[in-house]
Amino acid sequence: MKEKLDREVVAMRAAKELKDGDCVNLGIGIPNLCANYIPEGVLVETENGALGYGPLVMQDEIELADQHYTDAGGRYWKPIPGMALFDIVTSFIMIRSGRMITILGGLQVAENGDLANWNTGGGALGGTIGGGMDLAVGAKRVIVTLEHTTKSGKPKIVKECTYPLTAKRCTNTVITDLAVIEVTPEGMVLKEVAPGWTAAEVQELTEPKLIIAKDLKEIDLV
Amino acid sequence: MKNKVFNSFDEAVADIPDGASIVTECWGTTGMSQNLIDALVRKGTKNLTLITHNLLPTVLKLEGIPSANLADLLPQLKKIITPVVGIQQLGAGAFVKDYVEKGLEVELTSHGTLASRLYAGAADLGGIYNPVGVGTILEEGKEKRVIDGREYLFEKPIKPDYAFIRGHKADFYGNLVYWGVYRADQPVMAMAAKCTIAEVDEIVELGGIDPEHVVTPGIFVDRIVKVPEDAMGSVKITKAAIGKIGEIDFIRKLLFK
Repeated sequence: MKEKLDREVVAMRAAKELKDGDCVNLGIGIPNLCANYIPEGVLVETENGALGYGPLVMQDEIELADQHYTDAGGRYWKPIPGMALFDIVTSFIMIRSGRMITILGGLQVAENGDLANWNTGGGALGGTIGGGMDLAVGAKRVIVTLEHTTKSGKPKIVKECTYPLTAKRCTNTVITDLAVIEVTPEGMVLKEVAPGWTAAEVQELTEPKLIIAKDLKEIDLV
Repeated sequence: MKNKVFNSFDEAVADIPDGASIVTECWGTTGMSQNLIDALVRKGTKNLTLITHNLLPTVLKLEGIPSANLADLLPQLKKIITPVVGIQQLGAGAFVKDYVEKGLEVELTSHGTLASRLYAGAADLGGIYNPVGVGTILEEGKEKRVIDGREYLFEKPIKPDYAFIRGHKADFYGNLVYWGVYRADQPVMAMAAKCTIAEVDEIVELGGIDPEHVVTPGIFVDRIVKVPEDAMGSVKITKAAIGKIGEIDFIRKLLFK
């Protein structure tokens, strides 16, 4: 079996999508890891009401943790000059008004951009919604990071999601441990593959038919 | 001006009747009105409807740290409206499962939708048309309408009977400022409720808060109680609590990089 990229590398590749001046909200899972690789000048937002906050408090500096400065996952961060604090109505206006990019985790992404990322079945109590649906519907760009297949090797990029949806037709870009894929009106376009992998090998682990980009290249972190 | 300052948390919640609806903040322990929640647990009020961002699981009780959390209220609840009924590490629905089997009603909503429904309640709107939830299981039972070519779901406003608010400073008129991300849901909750009760670190004289900095004007605040220095969620106790959670391996890894 050929080697796939590890989660940290997927996070690095996803963070590369961001540019100076962007505002981004990071979901749970691989997106959380992106925080370590955010380019200079990108402001990170947390739903509970902070934009442009500082680095997370490390495990060996717990004495710096302040209960008043936490992110949506309850993790402690450091205040820095230039950050803004605000209430939840303001926060979700930022999120829902197309001003924000979001990097979300995913369970399944469908050919048409449908995203399932909150519930693996088991009815309404089968998962936690949080602000994920708001981000998926309201962000100006939705980047989904996930492993290309389940542990048993089934594709997570599918023709139609079988898990309960987070939002319809919301995904713009999919970044996995094997590939970078753009969702377009014509279908899913394979733009990049992991080092050592061919487009045909990636296709084999992907349910919908991929359109191979003319300038297909290897995933590159520089 | 009516005196809004109450001397105890028990007095401040004394008139809350069985069947009341209560909205309050919870992001873990951040921003939680622990003393008011604790007073309501003591009072034993039944058949409550709780509207909140999430429930803190009881497993996070720390030895030697006085604390209350929303999960303590579960036996007193008839219904909960929330976007969060579990966390990944503990399993989906983990916070409410046992109570749902005994009849607790859970109304799921997205967090942004909850904020908008509270705003609608506060502003006396009849409801909102909401793009979030279209095509998902949240559609069930809701009117769908196409406006300018886009699909929306109708969502009802939320007008809770009481709000429990965790502020930083209040003056005697009830003007409030918050501290850091404690602000979060609290301003809209304070405006949506018919009666808003705030627990605060400090109560100051008029003029003790710069009017440019007031976040929740006192018109939205009915009762104020000061959090004593050694009480639940005080600055001192919270600091001690963070030290304790640092000693628990799985929580330290969860909350620190």
